[in-house]
Amino acid sequence: AAMELPPSHYSVTRAAALAAGYVCHRLGGPGHGLALRAVRHARRQDIDGVGRKYYLELVLEDIMDNDRTVNCTAEVLYHLGNKNIAPDVQFTIEGELKNTDEADNIFYNRVKSLEKELVAENIPDSHGNVSPEMQPIQLLAWVASGYVIWQNSTENTKFQLAQIKHVKQVKRSDEYLEFDYKILLHEIVSQDIIPWQMTVLWHPQHGVQVTRDSRQPKHASE
Amino acid sequence: DQVLHIVPETFQQVQHLQHLCSTLLLDLWKPLQPEDIWAGEDLHIRVPAPLVQEVKDSLAQHMISYKVLIPDVQKLVDQSMPRERSSHRQVPEGYVYTQYHPMEKIYQWMSQIQESNSELVTQHYLGKTIENRTMYYLQISQPSDKTKKIIWMDCGIHAREWISPAFCQWFVKEILQNYKSDPKISRFLQNLDFYVVPVLNIDGYIYSWEKDRLWRKNRSPHMNGTCYGTDLNRNFNSSWGSIGVSYNCSSEIFCGSGPESEPETRAVAQFIERKKNDILCYLTIHSYGQYILTPYGSTTKPPSNSEELMHVAEKAAAALMGKYGTSYEVGPTSLILYSNSGSSRDWAHMIGIPFSYTFELRDNGTHGFVLPPDQIQPTCEETM
Repeated sequence: AAMELPPSHYSVTRAAALAAGYVCHRLGGPGHGLALRAVRHARRQDIDGVGRKYYLELVLEDIMDNDRTVNCTAEVLYHLGNKNIAPDVQFTIEGELKNTDEADNIFYNRVKSLEKELVAENIPDSHGNVSPEMQPIQLLAWVASGYVIWQNSTENTKFQLAQIKHVKQVKRSDEYLEFDYKILLHEIVSQDIIPWQMTVLWHPQHGVQVTRDSRQPKHASE
Repeated sequence: DQVLHIVPETFQQVQHLQHLCSTLLLDLWKPLQPEDIWAGEDLHIRVPAPLVQEVKDSLAQHMISYKVLIPDVQKLVDQSMPRERSSHRQVPEGYVYTQYHPMEKIYQWMSQIQESNSELVTQHYLGKTIENRTMYYLQISQPSDKTKKIIWMDCGIHAREWISPAFCQWFVKEILQNYKSDPKISRFLQNLDFYVVPVLNIDGYIYSWEKDRLWRKNRSPHMNGTCYGTDLNRNFNSSWGSIGVSYNCSSEIFCGSGPESEPETRAVAQFIERKKNDILCYLTIHSYGQYILTPYGSTTKPPSNSEELMHVAEKAAAALMGKYGTSYEVGPTSLILYSNSGSSRDWAHMIGIPFSYTFELRDNGTHGFVLPPDQIQPTCEETM
């Protein structure tokens, strides 16, 4: 039987962060991203021989316009034993997401028509500033990091994208845009800052895909 | 643009005015709708500049008299706008509280604050950091013959949490600018002293400006200088080293070689220990997460005054939310966040300080440690 949990309990907020990352990765793009606003309700169930399942009712907000929210029901199953399998996530969304076709196409055409590949560093900068031209690049990283977060989360971790250290566009002959990102993830329980590489593909009609990702070694502390 | 004041005398005039308003889409300030225009009642209309002559001609044609209530709307708007930099009568001229400042500037700010507010503020030596920098606290105290209880607030124990020192500076500025005019603040100061440490982990803060923005710990060298930094908030003598820490220097939650092994920790602990009988409330400011955390991190067993602690924290969170709708979660660290030991907040409570809280300021993770400067003001205002 499923046990009800207070929404502020750390096991709930960790599962919720993971679910939100997954949802954002599935639905997001350079023009629209989602972030966890609140947990309305949470239950947990231990399933013998399988793992532990969380049943969550979440409120997600639109990063570009945080007066806009959607309700989300999600189920997160952490598998028993082998910690190398990503948790299973299922979700439904209630409410409409903003249509960003126009902004997406403008960004797509802008990047496609660049003569030299786009390159940038430190987004945001130390003071938290992001130039308007870089906002879609930042949002794309946020959305893609949802995939990395989902793939690498356990009940004892809570990840968040902290900063983009470096991003470089990789020119392609097909219609997709490709970016090679070096990001920093913040893991709250260990307080670690973990460098991670991810290769991100995007097309306005085909959504966001992370085709390759790998944890990077930390530089030796000075 | 001009605002005209008209008192229609006849029904025909009313009709003409309604017609004018709807065809020219004029901005009715009073009443709100053309249907509510009545003979004998005040009418205030804003007329856009290009239409002013046409409207006046039309009124003249229909023998409708008017007065010009506001001859230049834009000028009035400009005058009523607050100046970019709020007036710094009692605080350093030109210090911008909505920007992040390097340590050098913060040192200067402390001296200036004391100089221009010497009747209320004194700067005191607290100790030295591992790299031999001086730690100060600011004492905000209204002279009086009664001994007052103390509220202690430290900021910047973790280097990368820049919004925290920004908040301490803001807090001091707010008190100094408003203590004469704001009855709440002046009542506070009659009965309480504030002791504020704007930056506790000075070496770490400087390192986050110069070398690694996401640095957290202090800069104490370990293993022959191959590894640096102890997490000051795991270094206090509260169940030190028991849970939620690492014994490895390369970890961000390295608890140090022993409780109070770090000079920064000792500086704070020794001072608070001496004054503990007078300290009513210990506050330590962090980011991010939007929490007001109560003891303990090292155990889920609730503190003796748990109900009172929660009650006060919940009221604080409600007041905070009242400002901009920002929601803060309230509760013990061990239930809401994670287990940890050696935190300053737990230690303060364990030695007898009744009200001990960790504030985790904005945001919820979207920007995390790298909070943009345009959020400094709202974060500080709501936390105030």
